[in-house]
Amino acid sequence: MSEEISTTPTTSFPRLNEPAPDFEAVTTHGTIRLSDFRDSWLILFSHPADFTPVCTTEFLAFTEIYPELQKRGVELLGLSIDSVYSHIAWTRNIEEKMGVKIPFPIIADLDKKVATLYGMIQPGESKTETVRAVFIIDPKGILRAMIYYPLSTGRNMDEILRLIDALQTSDQYQVATPANWRPGDKVIVPPPTTTEMAEERLKAGYECVDWYLCKKTLG
Amino acid sequence: MACINPDGTLTPTALQVLKAAEQPKTAAELAQAVALPLYRVRSSLRELVGSGFLKEEGERFVLTEAGRAKLG
Repeated sequence: MSEEISTTPTTSFPRLNEPAPDFEAVTTHGTIRLSDFRDSWLILFSHPADFTPVCTTEFLAFTEIYPELQKRGVELLGLSIDSVYSHIAWTRNIEEKMGVKIPFPIIADLDKKVATLYGMIQPGESKTETVRAVFIIDPKGILRAMIYYPLSTGRNMDEILRLIDALQTSDQYQVATPANWRPGDKVIVPPPTTTEMAEERLKAGYECVDWYLCKKTLG
Repeated sequence: MACINPDGTLTPTALQVLKAAEQPKTAAELAQAVALPLYRVRSSLRELVGSGFLKEEGERFVLTEAGRAKLG
């Protein structure tokens, strides 16, 4: 019986709450290592290809929210399997045609090293392009959230900002955030882990539906 | 290299960082001095140290003779 030999390159997928896979990569701002972003939050995101319509709208949208991200201590780092020359030509074209200067670096991942590390190439979607992936990495280099979108769907910047706000709020106040939470909304008090804590919880003045679902206002 | 042009001259960003390092500073202090993101300064510092224009003394970056010569 003959054995089938797989020629598919090994793709790894990063995991939440573990160190984000380290890399050194050529970008439009020079050679950058993941560790250069230590002490800042980072959104590492991939796009399928330069000079494509949905990606162009996304780059405009990422640039639009960049000041809001900076207020939250967040940097942006793009990636696609294109050369640095292509990235430079595309960003110059965006500036020339749309009057928008792209302020963040873009990885030229021609050898697919970073894309493979982060599971950005999903052959069911495309064998040659990265999907629209988003990785949120905290100031200690821990991967805190990830989202994968298909090639056909541009990302929602409001959701990315909301996710950053939710993660930073959870870290600052040791709380969780409910569905559709927005800054200023009530947050969820972590559920009790003992019967004594459950009883105390009901006396603590939180807004409780029952012992396991209590909300409070911050500040 | 992002700091060094093909003709061997330094880019404006590299010159800015070198000038700010005339007084030894940490990466964070240099980023503040040149008003650039910390990641970008760290990347430039790696190149400038690798090229011998700066050296590391503990957490601070210090201008070398070669670096001082580049400032003219």
